Amino acid sequence: MRGIERGHDCDSRLRGVSARESEGDGAGVRLHVVTGKGGTGKTTVAASLALALASGGGRVLLVEVEGRQGFAQLFGCPPLPYEERKVADAPGGGEVLALAVDAEAALMEYLELFYGMRRAGTILSRFGAVDFATTIAPGLRDVLVTGKATEAVRRRAGADRRRGTREAARAPFVYDAVVMDAPPTGRIAQFLNVNSEVAGLARVGPIRNHADKVMETIRSPETAVHCVSLLEEMPAQESLDGIAELTEIGLNVGSLVVNMVREPLFDARTLEAAAAGELDTEVLTRGLKAAMLDQPEERSRQLATEIVEHARRVQAETKIRRWLSAVEHPMRELPLTSDGITVESLYELAGRLREQGMA
Amino acid sequence: MTAPHPPRSAEPPEFDVDALLDDPETRTVVCCGSGGVGKTTSAAALGLRAAERGREVVVITVDPARRLAQSMGLHTLDNTPRPVDLPQAGGGTGRSPGALYAMMLDMKRTFDEIVEAHADPERARQILANPFYQSLSSSFSGTQEYMAMEKLGQLRQSGDWDLIIVDTPPSRSALDFLDAPKRLGRFLDGRLLKVLSAPAKTGAFRLIGAGVGVVTNLISKIVGAQLLTEVRTFVTAFDAVFGDFQERAERTYRLLQAPDTAFIVVAAPDPDALREAAFFIERLGTDHMPLAGVVVNRTHRTATWDLSTEQSLAAANAVEESGDHPLAAAALRLHAERARVQAREIRLRERLTAAHPAVPIVEVPARAEDVNNLEGLREIGEALGNGGSRWRGGDSDVSG
Repeated sequence: MRGIERGHDCDSRLRGVSARESEGDGAGVRLHVVTGKGGTGKTTVAASLALALASGGGRVLLVEVEGRQGFAQLFGCPPLPYEERKVADAPGGGEVLALAVDAEAALMEYLELFYGMRRAGTILSRFGAVDFATTIAPGLRDVLVTGKATEAVRRRAGADRRRGTREAARAPFVYDAVVMDAPPTGRIAQFLNVNSEVAGLARVGPIRNHADKVMETIRSPETAVHCVSLLEEMPAQESLDGIAELTEIGLNVGSLVVNMVREPLFDARTLEAAAAGELDTEVLTRGLKAAMLDQPEERSRQLATEIVEHARRVQAETKIRRWLSAVEHPMRELPLTSDGITVESLYELAGRLREQGMA
Repeated sequence: MTAPHPPRSAEPPEFDVDALLDDPETRTVVCCGSGGVGKTTSAAALGLRAAERGREVVVITVDPARRLAQSMGLHTLDNTPRPVDLPQAGGGTGRSPGALYAMMLDMKRTFDEIVEAHADPERARQILANPFYQSLSSSFSGTQEYMAMEKLGQLRQSGDWDLIIVDTPPSRSALDFLDAPKRLGRFLDGRLLKVLSAPAKTGAFRLIGAGVGVVTNLISKIVGAQLLTEVRTFVTAFDAVFGDFQERAERTYRLLQAPDTAFIVVAAPDPDALREAAFFIERLGTDHMPLAGVVVNRTHRTATWDLSTEQSLAAANAVEESGDHPLAAAALRLHAERARVQAREIRLRERLTAAHPAVPIVEVPARAEDVNNLEGLREIGEALGNGGSRWRGGDSDVSG
């Protein structure tokens, strides 16, 4: 965005993003961090958001940080290496790339980039220092993976050739946006608050400086953290707690995405009656007879049980929706896909996010 | 209603949870699985069920969710087992109730206690005040998993309970529970710490050979020299107290291989959680750890199993055209949706069974509302206990 604002019309016209990117309330955000309680569909939301952001000609990078290969599964491609690979075309000419960040590879890359010491990596590895940094030390792994994501956010075209020159600083960004499938809400504040995380181990020195630089991007208005919830009590509670925590450490909270929302099937009065156990099963039986189903009385009784359960659930969901909507951040809703998530459904969800102004 | 059960191709063996809990030879139950599948709630429900069937149970949870404590009638949970007030008469099981205790693991407190128990007061004070130790005991990854195992060992040794149920930490991967403690043990006894803590120009240097200088220089350049000083003081004090830490970690690990331990893998009926469950099952096999069975949580089953999605949708369309029966049309659409979800969940479960045909499975139906009291936990316990017959009969377990 910054590159575009500074007059790289040529490049943005080529990709056709300039007109659209300034719309929507996420304007200016280039790093989207997606979190949520386990099981809420973070990975699906992150992938749909990337498609939504790329549609109309954008170039968006999806970053995975927990080694789950969730994007490979979603897009139906072989496991991703530590390399930015194209995973999907967005509607209107855009493209989505994905990267599975591997902490060890990121550490080697970091050592080489900052110290010109690839050999050093091998020695450190022999002494168990790499294992320590990537699996045991608090925060170092997080600095390495968030560092990789923020590097992609700041990366400009042809940066290698023109590093440090004025020309390089004006070159367009390689990615219009980066979307990160982040750890669950319970750990998100700690994960993103990298410099306080490494503070216990590195109070000074290059790691600390690196953490500070990563933090600068994460704290900037260019970064937004989106929380994914369901209309269920525990995920909702975790989202609210997570939002409070993120706000407290001064991070920019983006949207609250309520995922897997069911379409309403019954009117309010029917639901109320059903929840109170006063559903008119005779009306139901007559309808089933009209549908020419056999054993209409028996079926009516069975279906009534389902309606009562459904009504009780809708009541609980209504309460939770009201509770969530008290949050001052924009709330988006995504529908439940009962057949499971397919690549086609990602495009559908991306469309829903665009309609609601998230991209 | 005793409807014949829906046709299934791959039937897993039934996971008889009650038999497992009733068996006095079962002393430890470990609940594992990926995040968000309902591990903690399952652990609490198993604890309650076992207690009401006469066992003396303690549940160790790592989830700070206040609501879970409240659902057991406790204000908060801390590092000491607290008694849960059980109603009389074993919740209608007709057995005389045992006892239920619950605690929440505080990893730093547990680590501190180990240090205090092993070191003389002066050395303990030194260790506890060391910044590197503070970092290690409160934020190193693996410490929580390791301390969960330590706590398990302590509770077993105390002999105060005849059944311990452990809920595992929410880590990146379910496998972390098994791997993290060893990794931490390896680190604490490993080459890196020895190199970092070796005073310059001693014999240790010559032994390890070239590269040491490079390593210490590099590390002090990257993280700062002060850390090295702290590491040195820490290692000196810690080694004097614990000697071989790795062996300690392995001893604790072996506890999990004992025949009186049972692993329960908890999953949700979605591809990710079931894939994670499959990894875990394979790993337990490789490490000779006793797997009791899999709990598939929050499944959706419909009572009207013989009315398929297609039939239901066709009927809904037919009545909708007439325009006279909106209730029936909506009911049929609701059913179609449920039948679709059910078919998908069964497909996923069959995939697990195809890969691991001998692994017993029990399903726990989804609930309309979250659990917030003992009654809710008891219902989940009942679903676990009566599981097999319940979903096979396909009667009242509708929800969702």
